[in-house]
Amino acid sequence: MAKISGLGGRLYSGETSFNIVENRKRWYSVSALFILAAIAALVIQGLHLGIEFKGGASYTVNQPTATVAQARSAVAGIGIAGEVIVQKIGTSKVRVQTGAVTPAQSQAIETALTTTFGVTAESIDTQLVGPSWGKEITRKALYGLFAFLLAVMLFLAMAFEPKMAIAAIVAVVHDVLITVGIYALVGFDVTPATVIGFLTILGYSLYDTVVVFDKVRENTKSVAANSKMTYSQAANLAVNQTLVRSANTSLIALLPVASILFVGAGLLGAGTLKDLSLALFIGLAVGTYSSVFIAPPFLAQLREKEPAMQALAKRVAARGGAAPAAQTQEVRTSTGSGPRNQPKRKGRK
Amino acid sequence: MSTPNKPVKTTGRPVRALAILAVLVIGLLATALIQGATSVRLGLDLRGGTSVTLQPRASNASNKITSEAIDQAVSIIRQRVNSLGVAESEVTAQGSGTNRQIVISVPGDSGRRVVDLVGQTAELRFRQVLAESSALTANDTSTAATPASGVSPIINAKFAALNCADPASRQGTGADAPTDTIVACSRSGASKYILGPAEVLGRQVSKATAGIDQQGASGWYVLLTFNGEGTKAFGSITARVTTLASPQNQVAIVLDGLVVSAPAIREAIPSGNAQITGSFTQTEAQDLANVLKYGALPLAFDRGEVQQVSPTLGSDQLHAGILAGALGLGLVLLFSLLYYRALGLVTVGSLAIAGTILYLLFLVLGKSIGFTLTLAGIAGAIVSIGITADSFIVFFERIRDEAREGRSLRSAVESGWLRARHTIIVADTVSILAAVLLYFFAVGGVRGFAFTLGLTTLIDLLIVFIFTKPIVTVIAKWNFFASGHPLSGFSEKSIGRKKSSTPLEA
Repeated sequence: MAKISGLGGRLYSGETSFNIVENRKRWYSVSALFILAAIAALVIQGLHLGIEFKGGASYTVNQPTATVAQARSAVAGIGIAGEVIVQKIGTSKVRVQTGAVTPAQSQAIETALTTTFGVTAESIDTQLVGPSWGKEITRKALYGLFAFLLAVMLFLAMAFEPKMAIAAIVAVVHDVLITVGIYALVGFDVTPATVIGFLTILGYSLYDTVVVFDKVRENTKSVAANSKMTYSQAANLAVNQTLVRSANTSLIALLPVASILFVGAGLLGAGTLKDLSLALFIGLAVGTYSSVFIAPPFLAQLREKEPAMQALAKRVAARGGAAPAAQTQEVRTSTGSGPRNQPKRKGRK
Repeated sequence: MSTPNKPVKTTGRPVRALAILAVLVIGLLATALIQGATSVRLGLDLRGGTSVTLQPRASNASNKITSEAIDQAVSIIRQRVNSLGVAESEVTAQGSGTNRQIVISVPGDSGRRVVDLVGQTAELRFRQVLAESSALTANDTSTAATPASGVSPIINAKFAALNCADPASRQGTGADAPTDTIVACSRSGASKYILGPAEVLGRQVSKATAGIDQQGASGWYVLLTFNGEGTKAFGSITARVTTLASPQNQVAIVLDGLVVSAPAIREAIPSGNAQITGSFTQTEAQDLANVLKYGALPLAFDRGEVQQVSPTLGSDQLHAGILAGALGLGLVLLFSLLYYRALGLVTVGSLAIAGTILYLLFLVLGKSIGFTLTLAGIAGAIVSIGITADSFIVFFERIRDEAREGRSLRSAVESGWLRARHTIIVADTVSILAAVLLYFFAVGGVRGFAFTLGLTTLIDLLIVFIFTKPIVTVIAKWNFFASGHPLSGFSEKSIGRKKSSTPLEA
């Protein structure tokens, strides 16, 4: 632990520095690759939607001796249209999932299951979803998504600056795309709980990005006046200075989510806890990546296009020595000269 | 170790902040005790029960989905559910304006009855029978050959095409406009009818009771009493049809577009009473009487989702949620202590207080606004452990940054706080924005999640301001921390500051 803390100090002073902003093309390529794979998976395989989206019915019998074959033969005679999926959930449950059923058919299925397994109708966990329900919640989730992105963009534009808002939103869209892509690729079930997970990722991913951007803003406030560093260099220093923080906050956020995933998948086998935490787990990992490797480089790229920042870059280049970030090595530990690209104190309050 | 000569400007007064916190916690505790709230109200997914989500649908052009119609529907459904006599059942509209769903939650195992009871529009109409056929198959031409007087060919064609053997035709839509001549199936699907315009409507019923025929001939029935207007209308339709030939001497009792019964009228009934028979069981008769008594819903509803959770699954989910929470909390605390040493104790204390406030709020809100804790809500609370701890990390790391700049610990705490505060406020605002929007755009479980997430984020803000910061201000004066003890979390090694020649209070 002390080692990591020591690293925090070296990252803070600039002794140890990762060229994160400078190597943006590398991160962009990695992300582009993932996003292309995500889109391909979405187009080719699509998402594996739960009955909440397609409409249908689900019956879970809690009976340790129940087998899939028994359940399948019990409901076979009812004449339900479409595919019937029978699964073993955990060690003691069997779940029967069907397409849309009429109330009479639903009743028949329950009766068949109660007689086959000798359980009461009340002990069967059922879920019936109307065919238009999925559209309704999807529509709502999409409204929520757009309202959220808009509100956050306005808020960040006010709290920070418009370009930071754009970069943060790009990072968030990046996270959601890749997470959804992973779902399509692996074929995890998408349920309303998963959608909650997706929506929560937005908030999480932004939390990390906000922490980094706050430091970027501080470091670059008077960057033009000092002419010591380009915007990109100042932003890179900020990313490095908050690296330990990002790692810690992500780890701390991941620990409870991992606990839910472990307990939800391990004890319950399926359901809200597992679906929610799986989406969060994946999204959180992607979100940590984007708040360090995507959002700050993208912001720097946007800002470097401004004439003032280009002029600054020229001034810094003319000064010569103060552009150490040009090196391509990822880790560079200077042993002698001490802090090099530390921000000017004057710039701080 | 001496205290620095230069006074460090302290933001806020730590003692006052801690006093406010104490008052707040004691106040919440007292409120909970006064309310008599001893346990958190659990959602149906944690204790078993049935929940039904209904999606409003305009059944015809005249009844548009309006906010008033939804409110009215909620109150009618609430009366119907209450007539079941199940304690702690709940009917709420979720969402905003006309874009709302009605969510009905009934604990225990009366699930199926609730589902049948609440979704019915219960639009009752009395219509004269114009034609009847017991032919069930579609495209039966025999009836079309003898069109009843006043029946258009279009209706005749519809009548011929109506297939009452198809369950879809017996769903009961409630979509019949009172002024139209319609075709309808009987509830059992055994016959189909052409029916004239409605002459008596459900809203003209003033009373409905279930009764049993003592002779046992027709079993359970529902007795209707009409109001003045209804009595007149019912008297006139019965007087008119008695003289007609069968089947036109029958008056059909149509509920939600399906014919419950269509008795032949032998004499005019001016008394204002009518009896609905239809081989009901006792429960069916009582439920129908209740439904008719409380009136028709102003809207038709689609069953969005019906979920029945057994008590076993409920308690399993509750235990799993608690276990996941304990595990997550334990890991976070372990990490804090390992990484921040003694400073991690501040995290432990902050999370403990946040947890206490959250629990007390659950108790108080359960009583005052009917807040129920669902599985998704528990997940939201667990997830928020991370968010809350994140704020402390941001703060602690800022203090370390300031210490790296060569400040004394006390001064580092103050200047670090000024900067961390901004980050924490912005980051938490984003979290709260997410929670608020999730809450308003979502239904059911998602709302529970959003609610706890928003609540815990607010608690996080509160705790950071009136507990974590004041406590750190106080302990920064302690020698143990100020001298950079190896276990304090502020040692030069853990901060990573190289030049150790200058004392901390430089």
